[in-house]
Amino acid sequence: MYEEPILEVRNLQKQFGTGCIECRQKETRKLVKNFCKSCGTLYACQDISFDLYPGEVLGIVGESGSGKSTMMQCLYFDSEVSSGEAYIHTPDLVGKNIFEMSAQQKRFIRNHVYGMVYQNPVQGLKMNFSSVGNIAEKLIAAGNKNVGQMEATSKKLLENVHIPLHRMKEEPRNFSGGMQQRVQIAKALSNNPPILFLDEVTTGLDLSVQANVLDLIKVIQRDLGISMIVVSHDLAVIRMLADRTIVLLNGKIIEEGLTDQVLEDPQHEYTQQLVYSLL
Amino acid sequence: MAILEIVDFGKRFTIHHLGKTMPAIQNINLSLEAGEFIGIVGKSGSGKSTILKSIYRTYLPDEGKIMYDSERFGEIDLAQISERQMLYLRKYEIGYVSQFLSVMPRTTCRQLVTNALLEMGESEAVARGEAEKALAHFELDPKLWDSYPNTFSGGEKLRLNIAMATVKKPRLLLLDEPTASLDQQSKIKVREIIEKLKKQGTTLVGIFHDIEFMDGLCDKVYDMQTRQLTITQEVVSHES
Repeated sequence: MYEEPILEVRNLQKQFGTGCIECRQKETRKLVKNFCKSCGTLYACQDISFDLYPGEVLGIVGESGSGKSTMMQCLYFDSEVSSGEAYIHTPDLVGKNIFEMSAQQKRFIRNHVYGMVYQNPVQGLKMNFSSVGNIAEKLIAAGNKNVGQMEATSKKLLENVHIPLHRMKEEPRNFSGGMQQRVQIAKALSNNPPILFLDEVTTGLDLSVQANVLDLIKVIQRDLGISMIVVSHDLAVIRMLADRTIVLLNGKIIEEGLTDQVLEDPQHEYTQQLVYSLL
Repeated sequence: MAILEIVDFGKRFTIHHLGKTMPAIQNINLSLEAGEFIGIVGKSGSGKSTILKSIYRTYLPDEGKIMYDSERFGEIDLAQISERQMLYLRKYEIGYVSQFLSVMPRTTCRQLVTNALLEMGESEAVARGEAEKALAHFELDPKLWDSYPNTFSGGEKLRLNIAMATVKKPRLLLLDEPTASLDQQSKIKVREIIEKLKKQGTTLVGIFHDIEFMDGLCDKVYDMQTRQLTITQEVVSHES
C-alpha cells in the first residue's frame, strides 16, 4: 500500500541561542534535558521527522517543555525554524520546502491549507470582534469577497459548533471557555483546510464541555476527512482521538506507534513512566 | 492457505524501572483456516491475551511471524507491516472485542455503532439502518439505544462492544475474554451471538476463562500450558 502523506516533516530543529562548540554537533552534544550548560542555548525541537497522512489524526504527547507547542508554532509559521524541511503534498505546493518560502507564500498556506486552534482562545480570536466577524476575517483572508455569502457561511459554521444563533453577533470575550474554543474551531475550519492543528484544545475545560469538543473534533474528522495534529498532555484525549501517536521528550521523538500500542506496550522508559501515571 | 498462521512467535516486555526483560510467551505455533473458530485456554498470566494483542498490534511482536491472508494486501506478516497498513486492516478486516468498553464520551449507543460504519465510508442512511439491525440482533433493548453506555450493565456493554466490532463484518474477529464477569444468562446470549457469527463465515480467535463455555463451539483448542493445538473433532461432527 503506497500512500502519499499530506504533510512531511524532516529534521525540524528549533533552538533558542546560538550554540557553542560544546553543543553545535547534534551527535555529540551534551545537554541537561534540552539545555546547553556552557552557552545557555535551549534546543526546543531536535531532529523531528514524521509524516501526516490524509484523514488521519496524529497525536503528540509529552510533558510541559518537551517541545510540543514549539513544533506546532514552527509548522504554523508563528515561529521560525532553525533548520529542517517540511513538504505539503497538494498540487500547487508539492516539492517545495515550506520553511524556505516567502512570507507571502507562507500566508497563502496559513489562509488556505492550515487551520489552527490554540490552547488559549485569545491567540486565535479577536476578542473585541463579533463571533461572525472573527470567522469573516479568516474568510476574507482566504479570498472571499461576497458579504452575504460570508455571513451565511459563518452562521452555518457557528451552528455546527453549537453556538446559539442569537449570540452570533456577540464578542467571544463574553463567552465561556468552552464556547470560545468552539468559535475558534469554527474559525479554523472556515477555509476548509486539509490540515488542522489542535494545541491542547481541551485543557482547562470541564469534563462535560470537553466531551462536546472531542465529539465535535471526531465528527469533523469523519465528515470532512481533515488531517489533524493533536497536541495534548492528556493521554485520555489522545486515546480517544488519535490513530497514531508520537511521544516527545526534551525536544526529541522518543517513541511513535499506534496509539493503543504506545499506551499498552510502551517501549521507552519515559513513556512507561507516563503510562504508569495514568489515573 | 490458512487465513492466520502464527510461527515461532514470542513476546518480551522490558520493564525499565525494574531493569528487567520478562518473556511473556515463546514458541507459539498455531494456524487456522477461514471460517474456523479457535479457542485459546490457559490460566491467567499464561499469555493468552498477549497473543491476541500481538495479532492486533496493540503489543509489538518480538519474534516469529504472524502471517495473515488479507483481502487487500494478500499474504502479509502482521508483525512487520506498517502502522498505516495495520490501521487499514483494523478498519476493514480485523475486529477486536475486549471485556472493557472504551468509547467516546457522551455518544449514544446507537451513534457508536453507526460511527463504526461511517468510519468505513458507509452512507449515513445505510450506517443507521445497519446499526439498528445490529443492536436488535444483539438484543439490546431499544429503550437503551439513545442513552450513553457509561450506565449500562456489564452484559449490555459487552453486547454493544461486540455489535460495534461485528457490524463491520470483519473477516477475522478476536475475542478477548468476552464472557469474563458475566452471569450465566448473558453468557448464553454471547454464545448464541458467536454461533451466529460462525454461521456467517467469520473466522474467530477467542479466549475464554471457562472451558465448559466453549464446548461445541470451537473447531480447535490451543492450550497455553502444553502448547498443543487440539482439533475438537467429536464436537464438529456432533454439530453438523
